[in-house]
Amino acid sequence: MTNSWTDIRNTDLVVIMGGNAAEAHPCGFKWVVEAKANRGAKLVVVDPRFTRSAAVADYYAPIRQGSDIAFLSGVINYCIQNNKVQWDYVKAFTNATYIVKEGFAYKDGLFTGYDEEKRDYNRSTWDYQIGPDGYAMVDETLQDPRCVWNLLKEHVSQYTPELVERITGTPKDKFLKVAAMIGECSTPTKTMTSMYALGWTQHSKGSQNIRTMAMLQLILGNIGVRGGGMNALRGHSNIQGLTDIGLMSNMIPGYLTLATDKEPDFNTYMSTRGFKPLRPNQMSYWQNYKKFMVSFLKSMWGPAATAENNFAFDWLPKMDVPAYDILRAFELMKQGKMNLYFCQGFNPLQAFPNRGKLTEALSKLKLLVIMDPLQTETARFWENHGVYNNVDPAKIQTEVIQLPTTCFAEDEGSLVNSGRWLQWHWPAGSPPGESRTDAWIMSQIHLRLKEMYKKEGGALPDPIVNLYWPYKDPSEPTPEELTRELNGYVVSDVLDPNDPTKKLLTASKQVPNFGVLRDDGSTAAGCWIYSGSFTEDGNMMARRDNSDPDDTGAYLKWSFAWPANRRIIYNRASADINGKPWDDTRKLLWWDGAKWTGYDVPDIAPTAKPQDVGPFIMNPEGVSRLFARGMMREGPFPVHYEPFESPMVNLVAPKIRGNPVARVFKDDFAQFAEPASKEFPYAATSYRLTEHFHYWTKNNHVNAVLQPEFFVEISEELAKEKSITNGGWVRVWSKRGSVFAKVYVTKRIRPLICDGKPVHVVGIPIHWGFVGAAKKGFPANVLTPFVGDANIETPEFKAFLVNIEPSTGPVA
Amino acid sequence: MNMELSRRQFLGTAGAGLAGTTLGALGFGGVEEAHAAAIRPFKLFNTTETRNTCTYCSVACGIIIYSKGDLKKGEKADITHIEGDVDHPTNRGTLCPKGAALLDIVKSETRLQHPMIRRAGSDKFERVSWDEALNKIARAMKDDRDKNFIAKNADGVTVNRWNTTGFLAASATTNETAWATYKAVRSLGMVVFDNQARV
Repeated sequence: MTNSWTDIRNTDLVVIMGGNAAEAHPCGFKWVVEAKANRGAKLVVVDPRFTRSAAVADYYAPIRQGSDIAFLSGVINYCIQNNKVQWDYVKAFTNATYIVKEGFAYKDGLFTGYDEEKRDYNRSTWDYQIGPDGYAMVDETLQDPRCVWNLLKEHVSQYTPELVERITGTPKDKFLKVAAMIGECSTPTKTMTSMYALGWTQHSKGSQNIRTMAMLQLILGNIGVRGGGMNALRGHSNIQGLTDIGLMSNMIPGYLTLATDKEPDFNTYMSTRGFKPLRPNQMSYWQNYKKFMVSFLKSMWGPAATAENNFAFDWLPKMDVPAYDILRAFELMKQGKMNLYFCQGFNPLQAFPNRGKLTEALSKLKLLVIMDPLQTETARFWENHGVYNNVDPAKIQTEVIQLPTTCFAEDEGSLVNSGRWLQWHWPAGSPPGESRTDAWIMSQIHLRLKEMYKKEGGALPDPIVNLYWPYKDPSEPTPEELTRELNGYVVSDVLDPNDPTKKLLTASKQVPNFGVLRDDGSTAAGCWIYSGSFTEDGNMMARRDNSDPDDTGAYLKWSFAWPANRRIIYNRASADINGKPWDDTRKLLWWDGAKWTGYDVPDIAPTAKPQDVGPFIMNPEGVSRLFARGMMREGPFPVHYEPFESPMVNLVAPKIRGNPVARVFKDDFAQFAEPASKEFPYAATSYRLTEHFHYWTKNNHVNAVLQPEFFVEISEELAKEKSITNGGWVRVWSKRGSVFAKVYVTKRIRPLICDGKPVHVVGIPIHWGFVGAAKKGFPANVLTPFVGDANIETPEFKAFLVNIEPSTGPVA
Repeated sequence: MNMELSRRQFLGTAGAGLAGTTLGALGFGGVEEAHAAAIRPFKLFNTTETRNTCTYCSVACGIIIYSKGDLKKGEKADITHIEGDVDHPTNRGTLCPKGAALLDIVKSETRLQHPMIRRAGSDKFERVSWDEALNKIARAMKDDRDKNFIAKNADGVTVNRWNTTGFLAASATTNETAWATYKAVRSLGMVVFDNQARV
């Protein structure tokens, strides 16, 4: 989230699209209700299903899953055509005025530079024209036909309300009503918030779904303000933290990245990470990259990371592919190229697409290690459960070791919520049986390997034997010891260059913030964005003062928010070019003539003059981007692409199937149904129920009682067409697998009319498997396609094709 | 929300007896004592309260866990009740149908108790000791790493990567666990490394 849950109270319009907060995030949704009750805010829900969020909405519009970009591009077009633009914001705080290179163009669904074979682009023209002064060229008058604004205007012009209706199935009048409600938020005193979740991410173009809304929010001037923002509701309780700390293939904590094979040494690596400002005076905060990187390396390898060895830069692996994400991992496993696999509190046999492929892949491993508080299907993938897991254990040679771990109630430490608050929690109970903390298990593995490498030698022992492990009890570092490292500390005294009798930083002290981190090895910090969370003043994450001066919803003394305890990021944009708040009733930050002040920690240098320095300090431009340059793989502007399995061909680019740059493995392409397939005529989508959390709560008696059994949902119209009875059994199958389910015939799902033809939606909740307290059932991933988003590889769970027929149920 | 009177203080006040109330002032002291003796003490007064966070979604509702026994005193602690933290700015004491049933996930019958191994071709798990399990894991890792570690790529560039063993990290663990995991995993040169952010 750019903002926080408690900030939603400040909004005028909530748009829930790509999520269902009332059911999936009920206690956060309370703030939508507060905004409606206390401010008269309106709620708009756009969803293929009439969800419980829709049930309390002021306006609901149906949409075909996988067509959000067409809808949102239509809204952008509406805003431009009807002058629903916050012009002062757009001109000053976005790259609308920037001039784009000659050569960049868009035609028939593709931008300049496409290579069909590689399913990738040469993105060299996707950038600004650079002037003789070395800065990006701009046209403040917006007259230049090559400026971003004019290119955008042209790009979205095809998404007329008529075309939007044909693609999305949203009736034109409903689309126009939503567009008008959104358009009203273009005034400086009206704000809209976007709340989204997996309904936007789990598509082969999920990143572009989100980006399209972000562009709309910029055009309306809704980023950096109270009650505005792009608010990812997020899933697991510490999914934000795990991502912040970089537990992903190519990541380093704090959103730094590993080097690639094309960056053989530290200097080459740094040469593309200098982030020279693209406009005069801009902060371009990533110019500090090297300080964060060196401080990270010092926290990894301590005294063994020296200036002479480039702080052990070579001990980090380099990437030969963009990422070894989970889809790639299972593909490699299936090819017999992986030998060992660890699942720490993760149940991929349920959580990733194409169940059959996953089982085949796991069966080729030598050893699978499970660390979990609960039984999982993955740990028992070799066990026969009849139709629910039809395998022959004797044929599966994979060894499985299952290690019992503690759960949240027995563990201490911090979790990061959707609003980036790091909240410390304390253990309350003794762990059951022999279960141990994950930190203990990881330490045991590390210490054993270290000992073996010391004794036996082997492949590059250096990063293992030199891993900095300065804990009082090396076999189990305490949460406090670990979190102190994440915050960062001073390695050696730093003297004032102007007066060497004065110390700027004192060795062994915690750093107060990331502003003091250095690139000479005198500071260490595991995760620079967490600097300030555990300082010499103590554990800031443990703070529990719920005071909130003037009821702004900031709660600055409750826990700690990254970065720098800032609650709304880009908050300098809440004031105009002169530093005056756009809305006096909803002030956040303002320029008092000498410095920035207000209700939040300023997201800008405190004395940066408002006319000089732009609010988007992480960007070398100092402004936000309506034109993404080369940073998105599909293109600088969003384009409507159909899901890989779609009930219709792409109306804006008929020759293009799916997302033209999404990675698809060869065998998986063969398992996709054709567009407008007769064999698989129905548009399926997966989702969650309010009574369940993923595949965990089927282990919980109460939740298993509340929703005991797998079912699918279909419309009354489809039920009639297929002679399906409410409450009876159906068989649902895709090109990858088949499931039996009870069927719920509901008014909550209605057929959509897309390009003149009805599209029936089949809804498939995800929560069942073959272990736990609930009835055995099929998980949705038996059906789903093995393809991910082109930028970050989130699987396309929300839009795929199935067929359905009445059935007598599974044969036991 | 300005919480001048915290929840704990409120309970404390409520349980302080009737001495300061109208009944006390009217001289019904004896009645009060007899009445108080007849009432079973409020169960939660004998428990330890611990602040924690709901383990499910990222709304991160504040919860209070009640246990018999106090871990801080070195005692064994048995969790008896979990409820929403009314002082928490986001959830203000509320919990959803998942959070309201948290006690049952802590106490789930399918909680794992002991390290187990399923041997090749077997149809069951068998108990093993921690030492045996960890030694076996470490040995398998070292053998695989030594065999498949790529120190230099075909162009002679130092790449120090290990891509035949992979690690999926949990997204309900703490930042501190994540950091210990990151250090242990990345120091091996492992690149097949991911978390639940994608699902």
